[in-house]
Amino acid sequence: MAARTMFEKIWDAHVVHEEPGQPSLIYIDLHLVHEVTSPQAFDGLRMAGRQVRRPDLTVATADHNTPTWELTRPIEDQISKAQLDALDRNAAEFNLPFYYDRFSENQGIVHVIGPDLGYTLPGKTVVCGDSHTSTHGALGCFAVGIGTSEVEHVLATQTLRQFKPRTMEVRVDGDLPNGVTAKDIILGIIGHMGVNGGTGHVIEYTGEAIRNLSMDGRMTVCNMSIEGGARAGMIAPDDTTFEYVRTRPYAPKGAELEARIEEWRALPTDSGATYDRTIVINAADLAPFVTWGTKPDMVAQITDRVPDPASFETTAEREAAERALEYMGLEPNQRIEDIRIDRVFLGACTNARIDDLRAAANVIRGRQVSSDVYAMVVPGSARVKAQAEAEGLDQVFKDAGFDWRVAGCSMCLGMNPDILDPGQRCASTSNRNFEGRQGRGGRTHLVSPEMAAAAAIAGHFVDVRDF
Amino acid sequence: MEPFVKLEGVVAPLDAVNVDTDMIIPAVYLKSIERTGFGQYLFDRYRYNDDRSENPDFLLNQDAYRNAKILVSGPNFGCGSSREHAPWALEDYGIRCIIAPSFADIFFNNCFKNGVLPLILPEADVRRIMDKAKDNAGFQITVDLEGKQVRDGDEEIVVDFEVDEFRRYCLLNGLDDIGLTLQHEDAIAAFEAR
Ligand code: SF4
Repeated sequence: MAARTMFEKIWDAHVVHEEPGQPSLIYIDLHLVHEVTSPQAFDGLRMAGRQVRRPDLTVATADHNTPTWELTRPIEDQISKAQLDALDRNAAEFNLPFYYDRFSENQGIVHVIGPDLGYTLPGKTVVCGDSHTSTHGALGCFAVGIGTSEVEHVLATQTLRQFKPRTMEVRVDGDLPNGVTAKDIILGIIGHMGVNGGTGHVIEYTGEAIRNLSMDGRMTVCNMSIEGGARAGMIAPDDTTFEYVRTRPYAPKGAELEARIEEWRALPTDSGATYDRTIVINAADLAPFVTWGTKPDMVAQITDRVPDPASFETTAEREAAERALEYMGLEPNQRIEDIRIDRVFLGACTNARIDDLRAAANVIRGRQVSSDVYAMVVPGSARVKAQAEAEGLDQVFKDAGFDWRVAGCSMCLGMNPDILDPGQRCASTSNRNFEGRQGRGGRTHLVSPEMAAAAAIAGHFVDVRDF
Repeated sequence: MEPFVKLEGVVAPLDAVNVDTDMIIPAVYLKSIERTGFGQYLFDRYRYNDDRSENPDFLLNQDAYRNAKILVSGPNFGCGSSREHAPWALEDYGIRCIIAPSFADIFFNNCFKNGVLPLILPEADVRRIMDKAKDNAGFQITVDLEGKQVRDGDEEIVVDFEVDEFRRYCLLNGLDDIGLTLQHEDAIAAFEAR
């Protein structure tokens, strides 16, 4: 057989039906569901008298709207409550066995719990009504975000209609310099290729710097594939992946797992297979990054300055930069390190796994949050929270003056009560710095957990390498 | 889904690049469990002032464009989230066609499922339509999906376009994807039995 990429192998193994000129019908192994993009899909099923075809392949949780205050305190926002209640009802009515409501010990951001619980596995096809589904590709699966009509389609048929995407390799050669993290890799990649650099493609991240990342780091990289416009991101499974899967509660176990691992070893891209495009980045060129604008590709190294819009080539870029600086309240040529912040948000499916919390805790241990800053940590899942508490990380954060919260999406998108006030400036470990994303008029700077932690202490951005 | 055959209407020129889903409809309005009623929040942050009064500077608050059925905009329209609330808000407002040089993948796909046509035209043609719509308030065009052509009344602008045939067929007939897929029920069951 001709040499194939990992994506092609997974795709070929899931084609249910194909006809020339039509999208292929692809079988879906895992469907993750959350409360925001599912109510209208369940309604559609009800109206058509349809059932969920494979409740056993469907995992649901409540994450976007859940308040991050103590679980005993009731939800104040009645509209949020209605959406959460709708998921409770739908999970019961359609007999979903794996539903984790906001009180469950397995609850959390859908992209954190899928891999962490062992539902996301190499070789699978994974969908969710959420663009950051790309996260799951870190385990070596094809994971893609879909809209609500497609959620309904998958619920009813366990398949998805897809035109086959093109493939793209993003290779990061060499070792990462000290103080440079997975988040900086992906911010660097997006800065390099632009917010539509990956449109129509599935990205496979390769190279030494990627191989050396932990699973948590790989998920950070894949998470933001969509910010570069890609349909999905993926990383070939290897021993790091298999070790991770071995300790997951709902993953296969024992002899079955070992047999699966043998199969998974055949997944990586064959030597001689070709991608439609390749981008190569040198890890040595990467540094801690901070976004200065309102799109994730508006990034600068911490030692740099805010760009002058006049320095951009096209009128469109110039105008976009001018508008971004105005919205962000920044001056051209201002040093990034001189930007003062009001809030720090450590959370979101980009960076709220245990490695992220450990890394941030190491930066702040024994130090105090600046008196000008309000800082919060929102673990990605109830399990991450419990693990962090078992390691005493919660105490490190609290001692430093951070607020320690209950798991959820929180201030990543401001659907729950955690939002920025107009004009407030936030160092955030999330993935989108769009206008108003964290609250109307709020100003978001995307950074790594380490950089966010250091900024919380200093009250402005600082180079974590000399912190 | 309402079929889309031929659409004639006013063009609103939204001259911006990378118009994202949070601009189209902010996350705070995604809490409804209904599919309709999102039109009132379309471009909310730009359409309204802090006190919820209309911002007169925003395009859709100007009488010439208030009843626009077609939006023309810059590259990478619809980037960001997968939420279908973005095409729902556009459709609910009455906009059934967006013309741009390029679109974000998921948004592009979501539009077709909701009877909205995301139309990719060459940058130069987009620019011509944009300029005409800016200079002539109330400028109208016809988007003829059946004849695969965009034209204005004076036929100063006549552009033939291509759309994927399968998507065009579904849009022309207002076809429900799930019904189509279930025609392959046997193939799905056979796959599951492997
Ligand atoms: S944490 Fe943010 S990006 Fe991730 S699923 Fe939640 S809202 Fe989406």
